[in-house]
Amino acid sequence: MADSEHNEPRLDPVTGYKTTGHDWDGIEELNHPLPRWWLWIFYACIAWSVVYWFIFPAWPLVWSATGGLIGWNSRTAVDQEVAALETNRGPMIDRLTSTEIAAIKDDPELLDFTRAYGSIAFKENCAPCHGVGGGGSKGYPNLIDDDWLWGGSIDNIGHTIAYGVRNDNADSRYSEMPAFGRDGLLSGAEIREVVYYVRSLADLPVPSSADLTAGAEIYARDCASCHGEAGTGDQELGAPNLTDAIWLYGSDTADMIATVTNARNSSMPAWGERLDPTTVKALTFYVHNLGGGD
Amino acid sequence: MANPTIDRKSFTHGEFGVAIALTVLAVFSLVVAGKAHSTAYSFHAVLFAAASAYFVYKIVDRFYSRPAEPEPLEIDGKPNYNYGPIKFATIAGLFWGIAGFTVGLWAALELAFPVLNFDLPWTTFGRIRPLHTSAVIFAFGGNVLIATSFYVVQRTSRARMVGDLAPWFVVIGYNFFILIAGTGYLLGVTQSKEYAEPEWYADLWLTVVWVVYLMVFLGTIMRRKEPHIYVANWFFLAFILTIAVLHLGNNAAIPVSVFSSKSYIVWAGVQDAMIQWWYGHNAVGFFLTAGFLGIMYYFIPKRADRPIYSYRLSIVHFWSLIFLYIWAGPHHLHYTALPDWAQTLGMTFSIMLWMPSWGGMINGIMTLSGAWDKLRTDPVLRMMVVSVAFYGMSTFEGPLMSVKVVNSLSHYTDWTIGHVHSGALGWVGYISFGAIYCLVPWLWNRKGLWSLKLVEWHFWLSSIGIVLYITSMWVAGILQGLMWRAYNSLGFLEYSFVETVEAMHPFYLIRALGGLLFLAGALLMVVNIWKTIASPEASAAPEARPVMVPAE
Repeated sequence: MADSEHNEPRLDPVTGYKTTGHDWDGIEELNHPLPRWWLWIFYACIAWSVVYWFIFPAWPLVWSATGGLIGWNSRTAVDQEVAALETNRGPMIDRLTSTEIAAIKDDPELLDFTRAYGSIAFKENCAPCHGVGGGGSKGYPNLIDDDWLWGGSIDNIGHTIAYGVRNDNADSRYSEMPAFGRDGLLSGAEIREVVYYVRSLADLPVPSSADLTAGAEIYARDCASCHGEAGTGDQELGAPNLTDAIWLYGSDTADMIATVTNARNSSMPAWGERLDPTTVKALTFYVHNLGGGD
Repeated sequence: MANPTIDRKSFTHGEFGVAIALTVLAVFSLVVAGKAHSTAYSFHAVLFAAASAYFVYKIVDRFYSRPAEPEPLEIDGKPNYNYGPIKFATIAGLFWGIAGFTVGLWAALELAFPVLNFDLPWTTFGRIRPLHTSAVIFAFGGNVLIATSFYVVQRTSRARMVGDLAPWFVVIGYNFFILIAGTGYLLGVTQSKEYAEPEWYADLWLTVVWVVYLMVFLGTIMRRKEPHIYVANWFFLAFILTIAVLHLGNNAAIPVSVFSSKSYIVWAGVQDAMIQWWYGHNAVGFFLTAGFLGIMYYFIPKRADRPIYSYRLSIVHFWSLIFLYIWAGPHHLHYTALPDWAQTLGMTFSIMLWMPSWGGMINGIMTLSGAWDKLRTDPVLRMMVVSVAFYGMSTFEGPLMSVKVVNSLSHYTDWTIGHVHSGALGWVGYISFGAIYCLVPWLWNRKGLWSLKLVEWHFWLSSIGIVLYITSMWVAGILQGLMWRAYNSLGFLEYSFVETVEAMHPFYLIRALGGLLFLAGALLMVVNIWKTIASPEASAAPEARPVMVPAE
């Protein structure tokens, strides 16, 4: 160890500082003092922290903690913010709560408020399935047209939103189309025949070889009770109109065969269980106003 | 062993003990594999059994080919440094680095295009995200730390590393832990603690490896031929010791059964959250900061061939950093169920931490006084200095983000991701790349790197990548925070959550491009390192100083 005991500090000509005399694998260190600016900012940060500890809750005691001079705490702070929000929009929410849904349009101020309320409630709760603009997608109904599965009156829309479709709620919209193919009610050939017939109802292209008479017979026996003799559907049963151009699950022959074979029977939550009645009211108004409400 | 001139070869205590222990582990693992409750756990037990059995074979095999005498500590009065395990860890670090960056790019692309998870459970974001973070932090960073710490502690102690099998056990055992952890994530084995996802059995294995690592490191320091311990070793030691404590504290868990991978953490509720972020923040502080400062303190003065700027600053900033960092964790839990007093302390300790962190930056950058011209000609040194600049930037940004009002905007947004990556890509990545570029010619005894020009390309590609990454995440994060809190005049939220997600898309694309450039740079490094190792050995000992080439 003798050779590596302190070497003499040497003067570093570049910086004008002496080294400490240590040498590790060729690395030396300069005996440079702490940069003043560094030291003072460090002290300032410590001083700032100490002041902060006096003002805000900071140090744990045995059963509690120091509360700080201004009495601030995060629980009170959030209460204040919520209270401020209540003051801001509370009166209008009360007005919406006490106004009949049909009367909203007669109060211009309330109309603006309800639209804004419905808009954000729709985007937060409905948009994931129905799209931000309400345009829907395959399997998720379009809400901006005038075609409604369960009725497009404001009361019907309100009921559908509050109680949902095919869920556990006692007042949920409910109907169930049989899975004609999966459950063996119709053979593959029969399904094809009835699909061709339904396509003919909607003016969709049908191969010239299709036996529409056979399809019509199957339709009359198995489908007409819900979808109607003429195929115009029944909103009481959520049975879609089969004569228009709107096909929730696609209008390809293959899509339609899949629908008849397995049925679809999609569901929607009962939003009245999750949202308060005023929010449901705002949503109802908003959806009815999207463009297609009856 | 009374007779020093013994020439009959016999097993050392170490060889015998490790072989027995591994045999027991192999048998035990086979039993566990047979009775395991899940396929994933059974698979891991089989891996344990196979690896243990293989290394028992390797120990016996090595016994027949090794000389009877243990490796001498010195040859011709010079320390006989042990470089084998360091070479292994360096190559492993490169491998995991590329793997980790690639998975990171993939995760970034999944955020932009969710379809890229291919609807498979193994490749969902929730599984490849921890795969990415663990691969870059623990696999890449960890191997680089083990390699550099083993190198630095030997060189600055002028002593051969302690242990014969022990250093090999550390590097191989550590990489085996990574294998278990990584395959576990993909198979869904996780205890769901951020940066501490591996389950109890992987944690136990890591504990054994880590204790051996500590013993090898400490033993080498105790064997030193220098009167003082070099500052890099203080940082390495702080890193090794503190990570041990953090690992034990945060992973205190009770397994459901020895035949099940599932365990329950002993902490609950907000205490669990606090322990988690005490761990999480100090993983940043002691793994990604203290450890890599150790690298900085050796490789920058060595490469610049200049003395450290200030010995005094290194002492003051070391102790203040160590003392203050450990308390800063609660700033990860602002505005949560954590009591206000703990949030206050977490925030104020983070503010006080600003200058201690910058002490390292000053010492790193100012060490170049008198050698600034080298930045123009030496891309390796430039990489390390830019690394320290990124370190300075993110250790300013960190305290800033810990301030509660700033945090109320930044928390849970992509700003945090940007902050982490300015530290991870800029600081940890660059100082590691710089150290590897220095280390490989030294370890393999080559004249220099195969191509400094390729290092230039690596530097510029990845610099552009880092800038794209962090700026896009700053903009994305601040935009996201502002959108979340925007109310209209009627008192309703301006934007739904889905709209804020949609607004992130262009920034996610830019971020992925940044990641791609960073990965491309790292691939150039792999080529360069491979070509360097493949080049002929230098006749004399390699120059520690870089070979200068004129700027073109």
